[in-house]
Amino acid sequence: MQTETLAPPERSVSTGGKPVIVAEGLVKIYRGRKTEVRALDGLDLTVNEGSVLGLLGPNGAGKTTAVRILTTLLQADAGHATVFGLDVVKDAQRLRSLIGVSGQYAAVDEHLTGRENLILFGRLYQLTKHDAAIRAVELLEQFELTEAADRPAKTYSGGMRRRLDLASALTGRPRLLVLDEPTTGLDPRSRIGMWEAIRERVRAGATLLLTTQYLEEADELADSIAVVDHGRIIARGTADQLKSQIGGERIEVIVHRRSDLDRTRALLGGEEVSVHDHLRRITIPASGGAQRLVEVVRVLGDEGIEIDDIGLRRPTLDDVFLKLTGRATENNDESGDDAGEGKQP
Amino acid sequence: MSAGTVPVAGGGLKQAVTDGWLIAWRHLKRVSRIPELAIMMIIQSIMFVLLFAFVFGGAIPLPGGGSYREFLLPGIYAQTIVFASSITAVGMVDDVSKGLLDRFRSLPMARSAVLSGRAIFDLIYQFGILIVLMASGYAVGWAWHDGFGNLLAGIGLLLLFVFAMSWVGIWIGLSMRTVESAQQVGFTVIFPLTFISNAFVPLASLPSWLRPFAEWNPVSTLTSSIRELWGNPNPYATENFPSEHPVVMTLIWIGIMIAIFAPLGVRKYRNLSR
Ligand SMILES: Nc1ncnc2c1ncn2[C@@H]1O[C@H](COP(=O)(O)OP(=O)(O)O)[C@@H](O)[C@H]1O
Ligand SMILES: [Mg+2]
Repeated sequence: MQTETLAPPERSVSTGGKPVIVAEGLVKIYRGRKTEVRALDGLDLTVNEGSVLGLLGPNGAGKTTAVRILTTLLQADAGHATVFGLDVVKDAQRLRSLIGVSGQYAAVDEHLTGRENLILFGRLYQLTKHDAAIRAVELLEQFELTEAADRPAKTYSGGMRRRLDLASALTGRPRLLVLDEPTTGLDPRSRIGMWEAIRERVRAGATLLLTTQYLEEADELADSIAVVDHGRIIARGTADQLKSQIGGERIEVIVHRRSDLDRTRALLGGEEVSVHDHLRRITIPASGGAQRLVEVVRVLGDEGIEIDDIGLRRPTLDDVFLKLTGRATENNDESGDDAGEGKQP
Repeated sequence: MSAGTVPVAGGGLKQAVTDGWLIAWRHLKRVSRIPELAIMMIIQSIMFVLLFAFVFGGAIPLPGGGSYREFLLPGIYAQTIVFASSITAVGMVDDVSKGLLDRFRSLPMARSAVLSGRAIFDLIYQFGILIVLMASGYAVGWAWHDGFGNLLAGIGLLLLFVFAMSWVGIWIGLSMRTVESAQQVGFTVIFPLTFISNAFVPLASLPSWLRPFAEWNPVSTLTSSIRELWGNPNPYATENFPSEHPVVMTLIWIGIMIAIFAPLGVRKYRNLSR
């Protein structure tokens, strides 16, 4: 599949730094006894110094695999990647002191206190005892964990654990921060707290690679977005470019009687109308925003078409996907392994 | 920026030792947070003592005489240590599945420290458990008779065995995907090893087809070794190498286990990045 470049690759949005991550043609195949999963299929990626790249893709797209290769945890079968000019395989050990990684699960020792976790990781980042203790206090403060500092992490809420995990990734003052689905499984409030914590890092000048399944999250945090599907980048651009490409907001109508679907479609007109038969749902672009919504309600009311639900909806990853690949994301109906894992108490 | 300016993390033996201790420290801290695990382990061993000393003990005659309790306790010490490897395995699986091992592997720490730290911890932890058990054993009538040097030699041998079992546990832990399967493997391997041995009954009472296995079984040779070192009753069924040189045989077993399972464990650990 051709990469659909929404913006010229050397885009103006990414603050003009030098490339920090350069990955070319990464291939990773997981081989089981009988199965073979091509998790990465020639993935190319560049992240510039001081910028935030959002790697956006549905469950199973290959985000975690890519992140694990870039953070020295996994070796690619083909392709090549450097971070800060260091080869992720040959110079792995040197690279590790420059990066901070926070994986898909809050990887902290739940029986240690928040402070003990941070001191342990700081020491393993090769800080001295003294420096590790001071750094722990700083980070606990920054992530609003001071009060819970001396409680075992087991007693933390999901949001607190994620914050502790992010703080752990920062103990060594890394120059590149890599976050794999930092808010998956969090409730909306914790998610916003986490966003704030991440934005804080960005303001402090960190270079950031983050993966997410939510267009909204990439939009909130990233300067530019790379959409990944089946182990390849299928589109690149800013959130605005992606959204304008899929036509911004849309109106979603759910009619009461399925037999009304065709009539409704005809009334609302245009090629851009998409109909979901089973859900009795019709989606149209809402170029006029709320004004258009009022219009639609009036037209349908005049025609006596009963509706169950109507609303303005912001574009989601699903819409991006539908547009780019002509098919819906596959992880909607599954409960989603990834989302589930994050919900551990 | 150029790679040349990147500070290289310490490296070398000093870092390996420091980082290994940090990991061991982490495991030790955990013990104080979940004391029930250690307590359960001790209670389990005491249950075995009670069961065999008071329930079955009367029905188990020792060829050559002697106190059954003095015979039993070294078996309990050996059994406890062998069971401990399944705790190591479960701990390893847990660290992998919770993503902690990934975190460690993403840090600029000594590569060896995750495994060596675990092994160091196992030594310290099992030493603590052993002391408690020996004190309890003393209370129910077990004692050693052949001097302080031999007492220490026995403890030393038990700890060497702990070290070897810890590598077995590490390998099992890194090979399994779930805590349950690690427990299951531990159980299916450890159970026959400890029960088809001389830990609880003299080997003369076993059917003859089972005896060779029981005689060469490392749990038997370990148990015989400490009985011999501590002057506790140590009857044997057949005159052969393991019954005549239990300490040597046990050292050989320890060597074999480390030679096989340490490289296997290290390879599994390296292959996490495959
Ligand atoms: N250890 C593994 N063994 C086999 N298949 C795997 C393994 N890890 C991931 N996969 C598969 O590789 C694909 C990409 O997975 P992943 O990188 O985790 O995607 P994402 O993080 O985007 O959800 C998926 O099909 C997944 O099932
Ligand atoms: Mg993932």
